[in-house]
Amino acid sequence: MTAAIDIATVWAFIIAFAVFVYIVMDGFDLGLGILFPLFPKKSDRDVIMNSVAPVWDGNETWLVLGGGGLMAAFPLAYAVLMPALYTPMIAMLIGLVFRGVAFEFRWRTTPGGRNRWDIPFFAGSLLAALAQGVALGAILQGVHVEARHYAGGWWDWLTPFSILTGIAVVIGYALLGATWLVMKTEGPLRDKAYHLSWFLLFAMIGAIGAVSIATPFLHIQYTQRWFSWPGIILTAPVPIAVAVVTALLLRSLARKRDYQPFFLTLTLFALSYAGLGISMWPYIVPQSITIWQAASPENSQIFMLFGVAVLIPLILGYTGWAYYVFRGKVKAGSGYH
Amino acid sequence: MFEGWDAVVLARAQFAFTMSFHIVFPAFSIGLASYLAVLEALWLWTGREVFINLFNYWLKIFAVAFGMGVVSGIVMSYQFGTNWSAFSDKTGPVIGPLMAYEVLTAFFLEAGFLGVMLFGLERVGHRLHFLATLMVAVGTLISAFWILSANSWMQTPAGYAINADGQFIAADWFKVIFNPSFPYRLVHMVLAAYLTTALVVGAVGAFHLLRDPHLAGPRVMFSMAMWMATLVAPIQIFAGDQHGLNTLEHQPVKIMAMEGHFDSHPHGAPLILFGWPDQAAGKVKYAIEVPKLGSLVLKHSLDAPMAGLDTVPRENWPPVAITFWSFRIMVGMGLLMLGLGLFSLWARWRGTLYHSRLMLTFALMMAPSGFIAVLAGWITTETGRQPFTVYGLLRTVDSASPLAAPAVASSLIAFIIVYFAVFGAGVVYMLRMMAAPPHHGEQGPKGDTPARAAGITPAAGATRGAAS
Repeated sequence: MTAAIDIATVWAFIIAFAVFVYIVMDGFDLGLGILFPLFPKKSDRDVIMNSVAPVWDGNETWLVLGGGGLMAAFPLAYAVLMPALYTPMIAMLIGLVFRGVAFEFRWRTTPGGRNRWDIPFFAGSLLAALAQGVALGAILQGVHVEARHYAGGWWDWLTPFSILTGIAVVIGYALLGATWLVMKTEGPLRDKAYHLSWFLLFAMIGAIGAVSIATPFLHIQYTQRWFSWPGIILTAPVPIAVAVVTALLLRSLARKRDYQPFFLTLTLFALSYAGLGISMWPYIVPQSITIWQAASPENSQIFMLFGVAVLIPLILGYTGWAYYVFRGKVKAGSGYH
Repeated sequence: MFEGWDAVVLARAQFAFTMSFHIVFPAFSIGLASYLAVLEALWLWTGREVFINLFNYWLKIFAVAFGMGVVSGIVMSYQFGTNWSAFSDKTGPVIGPLMAYEVLTAFFLEAGFLGVMLFGLERVGHRLHFLATLMVAVGTLISAFWILSANSWMQTPAGYAINADGQFIAADWFKVIFNPSFPYRLVHMVLAAYLTTALVVGAVGAFHLLRDPHLAGPRVMFSMAMWMATLVAPIQIFAGDQHGLNTLEHQPVKIMAMEGHFDSHPHGAPLILFGWPDQAAGKVKYAIEVPKLGSLVLKHSLDAPMAGLDTVPRENWPPVAITFWSFRIMVGMGLLMLGLGLFSLWARWRGTLYHSRLMLTFALMMAPSGFIAVLAGWITTETGRQPFTVYGLLRTVDSASPLAAPAVASSLIAFIIVYFAVFGAGVVYMLRMMAAPPHHGEQGPKGDTPARAAGITPAAGATRGAAS
């Protein structure tokens, strides 16, 4: 029994890791899509697209791992959450279709005039980011489960709280995108990204604050987790760290650093994510299903653990290599040749 | 639009729709990835410019097809949960890990090296670039391995036990992965992907040769494609026959539906060539049949007894007409491919391969035949598995999500609109690229965009490589 508990916990961290890598990686390229209308110049847009074109579908593969891994390691959670999040999930998938194909399609339209795939790229990115944030909020507020099934309606996910988390994720991704541009571009495009980063950082801090204040009101469990002794020893450092990272981020923007803003934004994401983990643990469907209740049989989880132990480092290795190959600033007009 | 349909039927329609769109792109990109690896190998080996031109030409088309495969595939990986949650809960412990391995061993490999394959030739050098191309090609094949293993397990489940929660769990992973129908399905599908790609490549070659039979690139691709058709079509027909015999052993009811055998034939079953299976009446109307040939094909004996659907409870019958006709469409396409291969052999021997208008027109007309065969084949095997998701063990009605019909209908309508708009545009872009012949100094993806046309010329790199 203890062994089963350990493996389920390991898998909870693996799934959490996959989802976080997804948020980090697709977060910035969805963010670029969200910022697209603010960069109306065609040459800017080409540079923005080129800065992620070689890596975007590797980024989205982490989403497939998150979904596939959830089905494999915690099938009950997958089976309950997906119908509960039906509308946001379908919206996210449709958004991803539009923005994903835009990477290739926008080079294939007949030249001249505005590119007809720019609007789908923007709208798809925005829709996918919003849907992911809404899904996050819907999970946090809990879903109605009976026996082994989702037992709520198909609009249960829609609440002020889920809309708030939706907006928060859109802002967060936009900040990731802006700081990515600071890192990967130069000249006026980079200057504009700096200005946007300032604005978006303040918006993001506001969003983190709003979600943090609203979350304890959802369930008494969240309140106790965050504010009661001795849990507060674990939870108190999170807001303090957020404040420190924010200060560092403001300084790096003021000093116009290339790399620091992006990586500090990632740290901010990691802290927020850790906060979510603290709130949810040990539930995988809050208030209803714990990771142990949802876990696959041990032999399924062990069978996959071998693969993960060997393959994830390998994947991180060659993914890192791909980023290394396309490192440095993307120049207008030169592309990758 | 879908009034009167219940949620399960809508969910099935949605899965069939999104799956049918999805399968077309991997079927094409599995074959094309291997073809690109062959072209790049030939270029590195011979240094002939025509190979790098063809490589870059098909690489751009590959990029579009692959992108559409990725986004339509993400949809599939979440649809198990959104529309088939009960199925996911019950089978997740068994087929979930197979799909997780697909992601870990295949999808990351493809995606990780795709960027270098598409844009990296000048950045990493020839050897590493070829490695990237190979990794993408190998990734597509590994992907086929795992997903066909998962699908085959649903057709011929093995190596499982059932736990207290009613979930399938693995008793023996080796038996789960290498379940009885898997080797046959894998061979049949990979060959189908190769044939599908060859027929498209051949048709594009034929299209340009019809205008100018002296074009170097189209001649090379046409010749290579026709060799594929000549060699692989007969192998595929043999593999399909073996797959059929395997199905007879493990899923006899599917064979009954494919053959339209409503009645048992204790003294040799006929081969029904055509007819209209009437499920309600339990017979094939207007049947054109050859006596005893069915037993000869399936049992290799004229008088071998064959059981019919009359031995199976009606509630376990698959939809016979769809299974029956989709199977005939697939076989018909296979025979046409065999004919094309033989015809090309004859034309090659006569020395008219690049000139015969009949030859070239035939090859051009065959462009969609691979896709039609793949779709028809999948419809045969998936419809023939009904009314079960896990054959004989889990019924389709017990697999669906607890969703109201309006939810499923709305998402189905959304997918229909989005897929036709998006993938319709993608197909137009691919056809547009195919409509121009590969030319001297052909550039890779994005090399032809206005943003880069004024910059350094990538073609210089290609010709430099060709000359060295």
